[in-house]
Amino acid sequence: MSLTGIFLITFLVVHVGINACIWANDGGQMFNLASHFMATTIVIRIIEVGLFAGLLLHIVQGLVVEFQNRAKRKIGYAVPMGNKGSKWYSRSMGLLGTLLLFFLVVHLKDFWVPSRFMDLPTTNYDGKEVANQYAELIRIFHNPVAVVIYILGCASLMYHLLHGFQSSFRTLGVPNGKYINLIRNFGFGFSVIISIAFAMMPISVFLDWVT
Amino acid sequence: MEHYKMGLTLKIWRQKNSQSKGHFATYKVEDISSEMSFLEMIDVLNERLIREGEDPVAFDHDCREGICGTCSMYINGRPHGPWHANTVCQLHMRAYKDGDSITIEPWRANAFPVIKDLIVDRSAFDRIIQAGGYISINTGNPVDANSLPVDKNLADASFAAAACIGCGACVAACKNSSAMLFVSAKVSHLALLPQGHPERKSRALNMVAQMDKEGFGGCTNTQACESVCPKEISMTNIAKLNSEFIFAGLSE
Ligand code: SF4
Ligand code: FES
Repeated sequence: MSLTGIFLITFLVVHVGINACIWANDGGQMFNLASHFMATTIVIRIIEVGLFAGLLLHIVQGLVVEFQNRAKRKIGYAVPMGNKGSKWYSRSMGLLGTLLLFFLVVHLKDFWVPSRFMDLPTTNYDGKEVANQYAELIRIFHNPVAVVIYILGCASLMYHLLHGFQSSFRTLGVPNGKYINLIRNFGFGFSVIISIAFAMMPISVFLDWVT
Repeated sequence: MEHYKMGLTLKIWRQKNSQSKGHFATYKVEDISSEMSFLEMIDVLNERLIREGEDPVAFDHDCREGICGTCSMYINGRPHGPWHANTVCQLHMRAYKDGDSITIEPWRANAFPVIKDLIVDRSAFDRIIQAGGYISINTGNPVDANSLPVDKNLADASFAAAACIGCGACVAACKNSSAMLFVSAKVSHLALLPQGHPERKSRALNMVAQMDKEGFGGCTNTQACESVCPKEISMTNIAKLNSEFIFAGLSE
């Protein structure tokens, strides 16, 4: 659970990096070239298979952990403990994960499937023909429904990471109080910043902040 | 602190034995002194029940001063009641006021089956200790303390972990019914001291194996355990147990 989680976190960093290319404000050239590189480089395609495997493993592990743990208390309490002592999101990783999975299906359908399996219109940079992902992105994020779905997806991601990041390291046995504070603070900053950075994408397209 | 009297409505879990189904029964108690302990308040109720020819509420208690770990009640949605770093027996009625309703449940976990009313069987903890929570050396005569130097910080951390009284509130609080805080306290307490080193690998592996066998859940680091632990056992011990377990697993 923790290892696959950390692996998926490293992917998020790459993903947000490429997203950031839209703010180059160069009509999408940098973004399209980066997408082209990701789509056509053989090493990346191999890593992509690993990514899907990691994701699948994370989902399976999550389901096993959730259901095994739930089964350990057949008779529950009449008065639940609620937030006395733990954060709601730390107890709701299964729910947040499920929301993320739904979001991921929408997200892959919006971007990944067209880029892999459909012929997107292309554009030409210095004689290089590349798929115009940027135009797709502009089109999709002008739909307010999509923007709301993406913002909710990013919110789920933030809460999932707020617990998941530091929890992974605890599970891997980072024992020292000093490090755990460092990880907790770094994890907090990371989760909030990366989720906001992701959410800024649809928002800035919708509000025409990028050109 | 000013002394006052109160009347309370108690909703208490009653269950004849481990086989029967169990239900909540409601009792009204009057004239409860703010200076009574919570368990004395239950004693008052029980004396009345006995006088009335009813079965008194069965509950675990022994030392009544926060050291034995037997008392175990889940009060208004929190193990050991509302006070921080406190056992039920140290809870006093000044925590409540006239007219309050209090719901009292036993620890809930498959690994802690109810024996009667509020008493649960915590022998699973004993079996976990038997699986490795000890040091098998012949101590012989006491040696000079200076012959075995121990880092003060480690000694303090070990002592803090050793404060665990095995009450099981951590399990009761955990949404996964995980016993990791308890097991980690026992493992850290020994692993941090030189006397515990020779058996640290087998101890971590065996105690965790027994914990799983007893039917406790896995830890997902929600930290509910730490918040209710009467001895303030730190979650750092859980990370310590994880590292002990991972290293032992990789090198055994
Ligand atoms: S760790 Fe704390 S809550 Fe758990 S058994 Fe020990 S003293 Fe009780
Ligand atoms: S009765 Fe001993 S700790 Fe409460």
